[in-house]
Amino acid sequence: MYTFRRMLKASTLAACSAAVLVSTAQEQVKLGQAITEVSLAEFNLIAEPSGTGFPAGSGTAQQGRTIFENRCALCHGSNGEGNSDATVLVGGNMQSAETPLRTVGSYWPYASTVFDFIRRAMPANAPKSLTDEETYQVAAYVLYLNGLVAEDEIMNAQTLPQVRMPNAEGFIDRSHIQ
Amino acid sequence: MTKSSKGQNIELDPERVAANGLLSRRHLLSAALGGAGLAMARPVIGQEPGINLEIPAWSKAPGPGTSPYGSRSAHAQLERQSGFGNPLYPGGGASRSPLQHLQGTITPNSLHFERHHAGIPAIDPAGHKLVIHGLVRQPLVFDYEDLLKYQMVSKTYFLECSGNSGALLYGGNPDGTAQSLHGLVSCAEWTGIPLSVLLEEAGLLPDARWIAAVGADAASMGRSIPLGKAMDDSLLALFQNGEPVRPEQGYPMRLFNPGWEGNTSVKWLTQIKVTRNPLQFRDETSKYTDTLPDRTSLQFTFPMDVKSLITSPSGQMRVTQRDIYRVTGIAWSGAGSIRRVEVSADGGQTWGDALIESQQLDKALVRFSIPWRWNGAPAVLQSRATDSAGNVQPTRDAVIAAKGTINRYHNPCIQSWGVNTAGEVTNVYV
Ligand code: HEC
Repeated sequence: MYTFRRMLKASTLAACSAAVLVSTAQEQVKLGQAITEVSLAEFNLIAEPSGTGFPAGSGTAQQGRTIFENRCALCHGSNGEGNSDATVLVGGNMQSAETPLRTVGSYWPYASTVFDFIRRAMPANAPKSLTDEETYQVAAYVLYLNGLVAEDEIMNAQTLPQVRMPNAEGFIDRSHIQ
Repeated sequence: MTKSSKGQNIELDPERVAANGLLSRRHLLSAALGGAGLAMARPVIGQEPGINLEIPAWSKAPGPGTSPYGSRSAHAQLERQSGFGNPLYPGGGASRSPLQHLQGTITPNSLHFERHHAGIPAIDPAGHKLVIHGLVRQPLVFDYEDLLKYQMVSKTYFLECSGNSGALLYGGNPDGTAQSLHGLVSCAEWTGIPLSVLLEEAGLLPDARWIAAVGADAASMGRSIPLGKAMDDSLLALFQNGEPVRPEQGYPMRLFNPGWEGNTSVKWLTQIKVTRNPLQFRDETSKYTDTLPDRTSLQFTFPMDVKSLITSPSGQMRVTQRDIYRVTGIAWSGAGSIRRVEVSADGGQTWGDALIESQQLDKALVRFSIPWRWNGAPAVLQSRATDSAGNVQPTRDAVIAAKGTINRYHNPCIQSWGVNTAGEVTNVYV
């Protein structure tokens, strides 16, 4: 009984301070530590269609050929023909009678994604091991294999996101359906 | 009397709710209460002299004591099913939940399906950071230990890969099981911090419309999420069924977007960039887009459709009993809760209402069942779910008519399990 009464007392006390408790129920601790955008330069790998996030540097397909041979061809073939549906990088035609082969050249709507994806995820056996310069070079080579840029066209933060992708108009945005 | 989908009236005895042996969902209950159920024609033990029930060996010797981490019975060794490792896709691939052997609605953590694009990172939470930056008043970085101090919410949600059931669109796969065909769906209680709390702490700027979420795996997998979702019910999930999120589910933290295609719930979450536009990551352009027959492709198909599946009997099982069989399965919808599940034993001609055995939570699996008396003739079992928004699960023909067969994502179609005269169950198309 004693304990029970003590509990009652405690809960009355709690009820008295309930106003505080209830209001803090909506209030959160704030433990995020301020950080500057500048300090995220190495951490943030997002390269956007607008060109935002592309690093300094540049490269051509000519320069990228050797890197592709050495670092990519094992899984993607010397000419980007791939060894599976997942690794084919060239060819395809969205209007073919059969199920169309969807690749960088035939399907991808944005060139920026080529740089963004290679920089964050490729080569699959050693992601993030290329320098920015090498990434521009090999991205240029992938675009070149698809006939989207010339062999000596300089790819950099300005030019690469501007490369016209054949299937750019092929997508219907459904993000409003949530 | 009930109406078939073709409009003709079919006479049913009072217990039957649809043709080919489907009985009232109340039947199992009433049978248990000794009511009007069919008498089970099994011999009485002990009727023959000399047959006595004995005390088993395990009741005569003490077993092992407590253990620091529990394990399952040697007689209940359920497993995920995954393809062989591909050296040219290091760490990549998927594993599927053994749906046909699970009951209830919660997927045990060890059996939750997986999909990795570059394997499971070995993250030390002490070194893991969550950064929120971009269109915010103050970019912030959060430590794991600090995040544990926030108020959390716990919600039970399904998670489904949008590639789940994609194989059905191609046809084939008579040997398919519930696991191999549909095992990229699981359900767990997820505990974490509403993402809105952390976004508000950083302070959203007026132009903010999307967030880009990036994981700390070797692929630094990224997805763009509309801010509306992020501020509505997205979670930064830290716990899964009460324990820290498993490494293969994103330890120490993952994004969780309830009801949305699994890939958007970025695992090992380390970066959120608030932006004006979607970022056009590879996994929202090259992949996870649905190509239609006219060769345009749908981009950002987020919610998962209303769907259900009979898990027992299902592919590669065998129906041996001619008395009451508990047909059971799971249903779910990304648009809300499940209101109704119907079952057909004649390939969709007539339908009977199944009993929902579980809670009907929003965006979570429900378990349904219906008693079935198999008469030994060929049968085709199907289930069809309706959600709280009124969406009805479509047939395979309807899905193909609407989206064609080039597309491989977001297939919610009704599964047909054929039962032959030997009781063998296979994936069939009707
Ligand atoms: C060890 C094998 C391997 C190596 C080496 C490799 N890749 Fe890949 N690459 C893959 C796999 C596997 C995928 C598919 C990944 C997935 O779907 O998650 C892929 C996907 C890609 C894609 C996207 C294809 C698409 O249509 O979605 C591009 C582009 C790419 N790789 C470029 C490169 C480049 C450039 C290099 C060299 C710097 C490289 N890869 C090296 C295995 C490899």
